[in-house]
Amino acid sequence: MEQIQSKINPQDPDFKERQEFHLRLVRDLEEKTAKIMLGGPEKYRKLHTDRGKMLVRDRIEKLLDRNTPFLEFNTLAAYNMYENEAPGAGIITGIGRVKGHEVMVVANDATVKGGTYFPITIKKHLRAQEIALQNRLPCVYLVDSGGIFLPHQSGTFPDKEHFGKIFYNQARLSAENLLQVAVVLGMSTAGGAYVPAMCDETIMVRQQGTIYIGGPPLVKAATGEEVTEEELGGADVHCRISGVSDYYAQNDEHALRIARDIIGNLPHNAKYPLDRATPKEPHYDPRELYGVIPTDLKKPFDIREVIARIVDNSEFHEFKELYGQTLVCGFARIQGYLVGILGNNGVLFSESSLKGAHFIELCCVRKIPLVFLQNITGFIIGKQYEHGGIARNGAKLVHAVANADVPKFTVIVGGSYGAGNYAMCGRGYDPRFLWMWPNSKICVMGGEQAAGVLTMIKVKSLMKKGKKLSEEEIENIRKPILEDYEEQASAYYSTARLWDDGIIKPEDTRNVLALGIEAAINRTIPDHKFGVFRM
Amino acid sequence: MIKKIFIPNRGEIAVRIIRACRELGIISVAAYSQADRTSLHVQIADEAIEIGPPPALESYLNIENVVKAAKESGADAIHPGYGFLAENKDFAAKCRDNGLIFIGPTPESMELVGDKVASRVTVQAAGVPIIPGMLTPQDNISSIITEAKKIGYPVLVKASMGGGGKGMQIVTEECKLKECIEASKRIAKSAFGDDTVYVEKYIEKPRHVEIQVIADHHGNAVHLFERECSIQRRHQKVIEESPSPAINEDIRRKMGDTAVRVVKETGYTNAGTVEFLLDQNRNFYFLEVNARVQVEHPVTEWVTGIDIVKEQIRIANGEPLSFSQEQIRHVGHAIETRIYAEDPEANFIPSPGRISVLREPVGPGIRVDSGIYEGYIVPSFYDPILSKLIVYDSTREKAIERAYSALSSYLIGGIKTIIPFLLNVLRHPEFRSGNLSTSFIQDYQEELFSYPEEEKIPFAALAAYGIYSSSARGPNTPGLREAGLPGVWDTLGGWKNTE
Repeated sequence: MEQIQSKINPQDPDFKERQEFHLRLVRDLEEKTAKIMLGGPEKYRKLHTDRGKMLVRDRIEKLLDRNTPFLEFNTLAAYNMYENEAPGAGIITGIGRVKGHEVMVVANDATVKGGTYFPITIKKHLRAQEIALQNRLPCVYLVDSGGIFLPHQSGTFPDKEHFGKIFYNQARLSAENLLQVAVVLGMSTAGGAYVPAMCDETIMVRQQGTIYIGGPPLVKAATGEEVTEEELGGADVHCRISGVSDYYAQNDEHALRIARDIIGNLPHNAKYPLDRATPKEPHYDPRELYGVIPTDLKKPFDIREVIARIVDNSEFHEFKELYGQTLVCGFARIQGYLVGILGNNGVLFSESSLKGAHFIELCCVRKIPLVFLQNITGFIIGKQYEHGGIARNGAKLVHAVANADVPKFTVIVGGSYGAGNYAMCGRGYDPRFLWMWPNSKICVMGGEQAAGVLTMIKVKSLMKKGKKLSEEEIENIRKPILEDYEEQASAYYSTARLWDDGIIKPEDTRNVLALGIEAAINRTIPDHKFGVFRM
Repeated sequence: MIKKIFIPNRGEIAVRIIRACRELGIISVAAYSQADRTSLHVQIADEAIEIGPPPALESYLNIENVVKAAKESGADAIHPGYGFLAENKDFAAKCRDNGLIFIGPTPESMELVGDKVASRVTVQAAGVPIIPGMLTPQDNISSIITEAKKIGYPVLVKASMGGGGKGMQIVTEECKLKECIEASKRIAKSAFGDDTVYVEKYIEKPRHVEIQVIADHHGNAVHLFERECSIQRRHQKVIEESPSPAINEDIRRKMGDTAVRVVKETGYTNAGTVEFLLDQNRNFYFLEVNARVQVEHPVTEWVTGIDIVKEQIRIANGEPLSFSQEQIRHVGHAIETRIYAEDPEANFIPSPGRISVLREPVGPGIRVDSGIYEGYIVPSFYDPILSKLIVYDSTREKAIERAYSALSSYLIGGIKTIIPFLLNVLRHPEFRSGNLSTSFIQDYQEELFSYPEEEKIPFAALAAYGIYSSSARGPNTPGLREAGLPGVWDTLGGWKNTE
């Protein structure tokens, strides 16, 4: 493979300016993340530890093999939602290693509103289970939750993707022979009681974990019976009387050790034998990415400069270099794993769409994972292009992406607008993981275009009613629309709502992708299958 | 009192020491190189500190880093294990200078026993038999020749600073001697930077018999009987046992007393081993003192019931020995086999990689001291020892059967190990009848180096664990696929996308 020859000069003053800008964004991300990672308010954290309980992140650390990676999802879930009272949505999810197995960890943070489930908490829990299913990962639930957050019951209880889906998923995952194990380290109440009850194996901590369908106040109200939490559903009850729990632990640490032993007894299944070479670091420093990306998303940049800072030895075997040049396609290795990469170098034309569809077919036939680097404003528009069948050709790319059953990975490195999001494997196209850079934007169209269109519609309708608007009045209509769009297009808005799996530092892209690839091949890659490509 | 022990070592011995700490209620700190981030000792220690890049010179052998990390960890003592810095007097001194208790002998006695010539002079003066030979190396070739005549042929020419057999030559007649001395000098010069050589009596087909000793800081020294370690390959022991099938109570007592005398003469403290060669007429000669816990210490632990590592810690704490020589008994027979990650079919080249399947033998009289786990990747930077299988039974015959049976069910998939070779030794009639010598492997190499087809993949072991069935034959059995490259989840260390 040939090494990409970078045209970027790190000594350039423009480079320095861009670098400063993006490093500022990264620092901002780090600060926000660090704050969220503390969990709930200090007094609740103190209350928690005073009871001899470990904080949720310490529990995860004890559960995982020492010195092994933890790939966390949506650390910033629910960011700027719910009056910011639910940092991380009160739940931590991620892939970690236990006794050499990659496992999905789903852990309630009891310092955040008692670990209760907000609508986004449920979405985050369900997404973790989806990842577990797609990548064949056993699940460990560190349970410490009071169930649904009642003020938000309408967004949490009855719908298809609501609370009940968690238990459905547990049953389905168990049926796929993916171990479901619960460690009950605190409350597991009401609907939440089914998380441990639905698991293959359950561990409870004495005098600390409780499982019951209805708590003491509810029991009293319904039947008049007076009972303590411990008598109703403590570890002694469930390990000795009811049989709801299988293992009796003295404390958090002991419980986590039992969980490790349970996972340690699983067989090590062989991964899909993906083509692998000895990994090499990129020839160009990934930290240079900060000086590569423009400060303004409207400015174009060569996606090869990004590829050069992600892939092994910066080597890239480019496919159809001279054709459909707004979509760059080619093969490269990430930590030794062979992947097919598609990256945007402008809007999608008919030629670039055809090229993309062709390239995806190649990778699917050969069972090579796909990496999409999104920086896309959409498909080309205009009479000439509609006549040329851009809709038909764009559909071929979308069809190929949708039916590509090789592991797909998407990173939004710039803009992600319109149908471009779909063609480049947006969330709806089931990439195994979708990550965003802090500078990236995701929206149906650019804020200025949207504001332009919406303002024009409004002005026209007012004009029909005989009103004539001054420049200033038009600007007053336009400005709030623009501001709304800008806010809603930000990566933070997206990640808060789980339109992605998290915001990552650009320099981490390589590691995040590599860990993802290696997790993904826990499931074998099926033979390719496509439908009708409209010709 | 020692409260926290820092362990600048790796693999099974680090795990062994951590276990002793745990039983004594002492906090253990594992030191590890970047290549050992996911190693077993790091996973099970109470605390762990990284001490440098993968090459041992930059981590486990880097005195500065090790002492710095030990101090940072707040440990009050260091247990060096074996190998690496275990017998480095500068390290022991540096520990002492930094207020850290070194669990082992003092730097002074380490220096004395570490010098082969000086230690011989010392012990010979105390009446300990040594191999007839020169006590003072000389540059003058003609005086070496005169000395050789006095000793009588065959003689062995050895490099003064040498080790591992480098520069060593057997000379059977006088006319060859000059030529050999010159050759040895050349090799010694290039290998050790010092061309001093000396001659000693060559002993044909000797046995390697060593005595475990242990001494406190109150003048008490005892021996824990012998181990026979004659089965060696490239001067490295592979099978050890106690008692030795070659000696009787009389010789045993004589050797033990001699070893204790060596300890007292050299002012040695803590656990150590006095090595002897035993010739075919049952004469024994002092070789050297190993100033550390030995790889094969479990053999002695089993026949005497004494936990040597815990005893080492107690002694370092300043406590007197808790038993006298008369109270120590040896019962039954123990055998240790060392499991190396080496390819017995390819000249024993190291075979690093991922352990895809691991089933350790269990049962009465079976002990496995192991530094591995299923899914672990054996790094290529260090000595390829994976674990030790130690078995115990009432007689040597029964112990051999037990070792053979346990080894047959020891399943390590994904990498090559020397288990097939060990099985060959254990079933060899000469081994079974106890006719051992340090040239055993060389003498019977033809039989020992040919492997029955079915043992290359341990089908019996696979079947015993329900992994193998006749429909899943051959090396493509899931989990037995040749180990590939280490995965990203193994090599990234504690990397997190949120930091």
